[in-house]
Amino acid sequence: MAKIMLDVKELSTKYITRFREDVYAVDRVSFQVEEGKSLGIAGESGCGKSTLALSLMGYYFAPLHYISGSIIIDGKTITGMAPDDVRKSVLGTEIAYIPQAAMNALNPTQKIIRFIEDVIQAHDSNMSRKDIYDLARERFEILNLPADVLNKHAVELSGGMKQRTVIAISTILSPKVLIADEPSSALDVTSQKMVIKMIFDLMRGGFIKSMIFITHELPLLYNVTDDIAVMYAGQFVEKGGAEQTVFDPIHPYSRGLMRSIIVPEAGTREQKLEAIPGTPPNLKKPPSGCRFAERCKYAYAQCYVSDVAFTNVGDGRGYRCVHQMDRLKEVYGRD
Amino acid sequence: MTEQAKPLCLSGKGVTKIYGFGDRRVAAVDHVDFEFRKGELISIVGESGSGKTTLVKMLLGLTSVTEGEVYFLGERRDISSRKKLRTYWQGIQAIFQDPFSSYNMFNKIDTVLLDCINMRGGRRLPREKKIEMMTEACSFVNLKFAELTNKYPFELSGGQMQRLMIARIFLLKPQILLADEPTSMIDACSRATILDMLLGLRDEIGMTIIFVTHDIGLAYYISDTVYIMEHGKIVESGSADDVILRPSAPYTRRLINDVPKIHEPWDFAARRPAAAEATN
Repeated sequence: MAKIMLDVKELSTKYITRFREDVYAVDRVSFQVEEGKSLGIAGESGCGKSTLALSLMGYYFAPLHYISGSIIIDGKTITGMAPDDVRKSVLGTEIAYIPQAAMNALNPTQKIIRFIEDVIQAHDSNMSRKDIYDLARERFEILNLPADVLNKHAVELSGGMKQRTVIAISTILSPKVLIADEPSSALDVTSQKMVIKMIFDLMRGGFIKSMIFITHELPLLYNVTDDIAVMYAGQFVEKGGAEQTVFDPIHPYSRGLMRSIIVPEAGTREQKLEAIPGTPPNLKKPPSGCRFAERCKYAYAQCYVSDVAFTNVGDGRGYRCVHQMDRLKEVYGRD
Repeated sequence: MTEQAKPLCLSGKGVTKIYGFGDRRVAAVDHVDFEFRKGELISIVGESGSGKTTLVKMLLGLTSVTEGEVYFLGERRDISSRKKLRTYWQGIQAIFQDPFSSYNMFNKIDTVLLDCINMRGGRRLPREKKIEMMTEACSFVNLKFAELTNKYPFELSGGQMQRLMIARIFLLKPQILLADEPTSMIDACSRATILDMLLGLRDEIGMTIIFVTHDIGLAYYISDTVYIMEHGKIVESGSADDVILRPSAPYTRRLINDVPKIHEPWDFAARRPAAAEATN
């Protein structure tokens, strides 16, 4: 049994808008990530993927607010810590976050090495500049990034190179969990592949112990992560191994998502694409029953009434649906 | 040889666009030849900076052509005056990437659709006939016209706006539709609907559709003919099956190799075999 790196239990967070309305963006999300493993989170835009990523850092600032639940990173509970403590002892060392437009985060007037000095000195002010430079050089070499990047400004780098540099900077303190929120969605496919390759190198080198990877692009997720969780309207609707989730989904929503995959491979043209009608519910007033019921082909009266619990079926798999797994499989077989 | 029998709809010889002058000349589109046949769905695939948007702008007549000729329905395209350009636009229309900025935000949806009817010379039609036409267009894209009247475009979601755009095209019935990344800003689930509607336009009206995208999988799924662009040049073209399954240009091969796929994983993502062994 591998060590559990990230353990999230029933985490709920909300946004408070300027009109004092609550938007329940993350609702009772639970999962575990073992050492050396990665979890991918898939879902439509607006389903709460990025909010979940922000919530996982334990560093809440308006309009995002914590409601309940716990986050444990390698045995250390980070929920309930004072924001300053989170900044000092969690961000960077325990958990690192790469946002969507990370490559625009580099200050154009500074050399790359300055950012690394900044990160390291915020946590360990005793290190000399020479040591920092040597550490950075070594890390860059392992990651196949040219060492002369350290003395360049951000404007001299290409988009893919900037993105890889940002990832190298944010993981310089070897965090236990890396949260990558669409790190490659603004890049060309070739640069995207290099970014992913570098993340793999980080994992293999043991510089990061586990990873949460967020994207709406399912073929990419399938290639990158060990497990996939499908998110809908702030909840996990399905979780399981990448292979199973993509080829044998349980929940009607994940099944709809998997049916919208288009890849340049033989057989794609014969495949019938299926769209899910309707739009996701408004999270200011989440529906009382199953959140997917309105768009679900298989919904019946019960779905609209009672809240649906997340059923675990073992082997890390689980789903959130009123129907039993076997029943759903039977229905899918008839389509 | 039915392919050969289809008449040419839009074609170009040595089409070039050069930005800048002097030492800083950049050929965004460099001596490109193409032949788009009637009733086909053609994809132009390229990464960012390959010149696909510049080519679209030239085809639409929104920017000048530095060198080369564009032929529309077999004749040399003449858009030298504003009036001639307007006539040209009756034959060619476009859907753009960002549905949110494609509409005049002061016009209600009825106005948007009425304008299209008026442009096709239906200005003097009776009111009932106009409403009937608008309802038909909306039902083609699975929208309900009765729910849309008196609404503004920004009250719709991105997918609905893009569908409304297709409803406009349905009313205008141009010979050619240029779709510049129409699905890149909407969700994967709504993407399928848009693609189905484009295919519907091709099959029901016989429209020629030029689909510009960076997603090679999407291009393969939807199109009859694929053109691959790299640095302003067309490096490969042919039927979708030929180009995607048997690519000859190194660039195409690299592109297909680098796209994440679900049946053959990336070479360095070596965990897959291990995972398969564990389950066996």
